[in-house]
Amino acid sequence: MKNQSAFVIKQAFYKSLPVLAGYIILGIGFGILLRNAGYGLFWAFAMSSFIYAGSMQYVGVGLIAGGASVVTAILTTIMVNARHLFYSISMIERYKDTGKYKPYLIFSLTDETYSLLCDGQVPEEASGSRYRFFVSFFNQCYWVTGSVIGSLLGSVLPFSTEGIEFSMTALFIASFTEQWLTGGNHIPALTGFLCSLLCLVLFGPEHFLIPAMLLITLVLTAVQSRIRMDREGTE
Amino acid sequence: MNFDVHAAALVLAMAFFTWLLRFLPFLVFRKNTPGYIVYLGKVLPSAIIGMLVVYCLKDVEFSVAPFGLPELIAAVSVVVLQRWKRNSLISILVGTILYMVLIRTVF
Repeated sequence: MKNQSAFVIKQAFYKSLPVLAGYIILGIGFGILLRNAGYGLFWAFAMSSFIYAGSMQYVGVGLIAGGASVVTAILTTIMVNARHLFYSISMIERYKDTGKYKPYLIFSLTDETYSLLCDGQVPEEASGSRYRFFVSFFNQCYWVTGSVIGSLLGSVLPFSTEGIEFSMTALFIASFTEQWLTGGNHIPALTGFLCSLLCLVLFGPEHFLIPAMLLITLVLTAVQSRIRMDREGTE
Repeated sequence: MNFDVHAAALVLAMAFFTWLLRFLPFLVFRKNTPGYIVYLGKVLPSAIIGMLVVYCLKDVEFSVAPFGLPELIAAVSVVVLQRWKRNSLISILVGTILYMVLIRTVF
């Protein structure tokens, strides 16, 4: 029993490694920004523990420093984090029987955690929930650790880390490729990529995410009968 | 020392609404998940990953030098490595190091 548990934790740690560098570095960036805005360790720790949403926290620094109203903060949160609705919808079935782990699994569903867990692969079915919990938990540890380091260091870093943020991009590209290689039907992947690209061109980098999500849902709904028939044909 | 109440209110508001967005679908479809939502759950993961790839590259300028070449070269190397080795850790590590080297030395 004990060995089995250690095995699951080890597998989860291995799975979470691609996120480690990215989260530490992005977390440090956040901690530094927040400290420069006049909010120290307590705030960095609290925000990374309770909000735990990377891009939202970066935006949040601006809101707090600028003394935004609560209503503005709420509206901004909904705009920036609307994509989390999508992540949750696609995890409803997968997280169905995760028992006591469920609340934390839902709370900790960030972009990166989602990309690690959305393929549904676990080392062994029986300990799946535990495995998912530890992958999610390790990721948040990296994020909180990074934020705390950033807050403590201020802007003095011993080495240049320019370009390390590409690890996040690389993570998504690797997940995309892996799903492409394992999944039979490529329509969903192509829909996601091409709709987003189209909306990026039309709406620009600041505003393309919400139109892209709407267009993706629309297209996937339109091709629903075709894909469903396809699945029944192959299964 | 004065505790910044307004900042605390903002943090709480951001936290609560982030939770709400994450929990809402689970609360709404707690009992029976409609077939349409189950379908979305199956096709959305690959679509969203496609969207996140675009999201990560959204600020790359393809019209001015170096025309997004470091990103493109590193991205292609990740795809090729993933096809070849099927090991995400290796693909991500090599791709990131290659990118860091490229922006320092070549471009």
